Amino acid sequence: MAVVTQSAMTAEPSVTSPKMTARDLNLFYSDNQALFDVNLDIVERQVTALIGPSGCGKSTFLRCMNRMNDTIDGVTINGKVTLDDRDIYDKAIDVVQLRARIGMVFQKPNPFPKSIYDNVAYGPRIHGLVNSRDELDEIVMTSLERAGLLKEVKDRLPEPATGLSGGQQQRLCIARAVAVSPEVILMDEPCSALDPIATAKVEELIDELRSNYTIVIVTHSMQQAARVSQRTAFFHLGKLVEVGETDQIFTNPKDERTKGYITGRFG
Amino acid sequence: MTDMASLMEDRAAAKVISGNLHTPVDWDSPKIARNIKKRYAAERRFKIYGLSAIAIALMALLVLGYSIVSKGYSAFFQTYVQLEIHFDPAEIDPDGTGDPAVIGRANFDSLVKEALRNRFPDVTDRRERRDLYDIVSGGASYDLRERVLDNPSLIGQTRKIWLISGDDFDMLNKGYISADTDEGDRRLNDQEIGWYNALTSDGAVEKQFHTRFFTNGDSREPELAGIWGAAVGSFYTLVVTLLLSFPIGVLAAIYLEEFAPKNRFTTIVEVNINNLAAVPSIVFGLLGLEVYLNVMHLPRSAPVVGGLTLALMTLPTIIIASRAAIKAVPPSIRQAALGLGASPVQTVTHHVLPLAMPGILTGTIIGMAQALGETAPLLMIGMVAFIVDVPGGALDPATVLPVQIYLWADSPERAFVEKTSAAIMVLLGFLILMNGFAVYLRKKFERKW
Repeated sequence: MAVVTQSAMTAEPSVTSPKMTARDLNLFYSDNQALFDVNLDIVERQVTALIGPSGCGKSTFLRCMNRMNDTIDGVTINGKVTLDDRDIYDKAIDVVQLRARIGMVFQKPNPFPKSIYDNVAYGPRIHGLVNSRDELDEIVMTSLERAGLLKEVKDRLPEPATGLSGGQQQRLCIARAVAVSPEVILMDEPCSALDPIATAKVEELIDELRSNYTIVIVTHSMQQAARVSQRTAFFHLGKLVEVGETDQIFTNPKDERTKGYITGRFG
Repeated sequence: MTDMASLMEDRAAAKVISGNLHTPVDWDSPKIARNIKKRYAAERRFKIYGLSAIAIALMALLVLGYSIVSKGYSAFFQTYVQLEIHFDPAEIDPDGTGDPAVIGRANFDSLVKEALRNRFPDVTDRRERRDLYDIVSGGASYDLRERVLDNPSLIGQTRKIWLISGDDFDMLNKGYISADTDEGDRRLNDQEIGWYNALTSDGAVEKQFHTRFFTNGDSREPELAGIWGAAVGSFYTLVVTLLLSFPIGVLAAIYLEEFAPKNRFTTIVEVNINNLAAVPSIVFGLLGLEVYLNVMHLPRSAPVVGGLTLALMTLPTIIIASRAAIKAVPPSIRQAALGLGASPVQTVTHHVLPLAMPGILTGTIIGMAQALGETAPLLMIGMVAFIVDVPGGALDPATVLPVQIYLWADSPERAFVEKTSAAIMVLLGFLILMNGFAVYLRKKFERKW
């Protein structure tokens, strides 16, 4: 087996003007180090897939990108994460605003136990994005349309969101994230709780959203990564092993471990 | 490539374990059959234990309920005596002014006494007359005054009027004093019982619903004593308790659960809140006495002090219940809100709190019910005083339901025994209402997610 140096491990085809970058990112849960010197660029208006075996740090890394790890006790982070060349861990950055710019969709659909309308309207309301009820209506409709849900729910907007099916709930969560016009959308295994048909719909949606948003998706399914992403990053034991064009990663991986993982030899 | 190697090793280990699972099991062997039999027996036993526990609890409840209701229901009725009252103008309004102030000052007691003398003209001895006057309660003259003030045309007329009887007479009529016992052993002598029999044979004795019991304050005379003063006192006390303990308790719970860092200080606070819930309530009473009365010089016997003291006692209950309710809100809801860019305070006020509210309210009502039934701390701050007036505010001297029960239970008159049980019924009624309301709230706001 080839000896791979640290720099070679994280080296990647240079990306011009990335939307987000991570530089020498280390993360500790109390004394356990979960991420080791991660360097990764996220390209604008592309889908970047993060793959790797369970516990490899891909979700942890995703949560660093909108500072959701801040809410966990005992997490220390060093290194740098930037959005449009600004360090998001800088003291001058307002976390609340940052999370509005970098939306997130979670593993399990988690609609608020409110109406479908209120779920989507919540973000624009708290950020004061609208001045009138009409504007809000429009945002809600557009967001639902973008999430491909409008047709299914347009007659039942005042009904509780918890009455929707799992797949619809997840698309509602995407609509909710889209409603605050984020620049980046982070998705943490968005299809793992869904059946194949709902998964196919969400994947289709991700592909459409790419034209307007930068998307980072964590997935356990390599098929999904291959289907929806343009770039793929492979994590293993807290390290970023390899990142590149999705085609290249799946057809011609440079690293032995990547090859081992995508061919199903471990993971 | 140690990472890779370790992964391969894990896989190999997993294979070995799964391989060992292939020992065949004989599901029809006697050992297995014995095992099943034992399991069924254990389940049957457990069911019997459970049922008998419930049966014992129900029995205790039944005995308690029966003893209270059987002793207390008679307090809701009161004996009245019908007498022929002559509304003597010379006594009520000698100058014929018709002025309510004059009528109000008149001696209606003498009208009652005169009626009694007329009914039993052969009683002339002074001591016997005093006994005779005891047939009718001292409160009857107030009734007569009200009647005349409402309808001044009564003056000069003679009417048959039902008058509230004295407590001993009431007890006799309700059968608590038996004419068969030796004269020296009962509160009424043979002559008094003779009067009772004479009145009864006239049809001039009857039991009526005792509205006074629900509208009066306390009194030395059992037939005039009512629960309303204590009920109003309890109400003001609970309002003060609620206004203080609910916001403070909920805010403390939110802070501890959602915002406080997990360090040694918050752990100590947490442990102490749990300890406070177990502190005997009389200790809170001593604290209230020292701080509110001796240091802050708040009025003695006032609901405001009672409320402050009970708030201390209720706080731990509310905090613990609220924390449990807040903890039960799924973290995914918080993440959803935070992920959308809601601030921590917005996350709590928009999502966590509304979802936790049913649990918080249930805990609060249970805490309030506990406070409603609390006696010991209130004894320390002087709410045990004998107070006749119905309190008009939280600063007026007052007593509360459980203390009223305690006071009546301590009174020597036979008639207070039934009042005590009746007051317990009223208190239990309020408690059942409050708990029922808690159940209703829980059912109404219960959400699925």
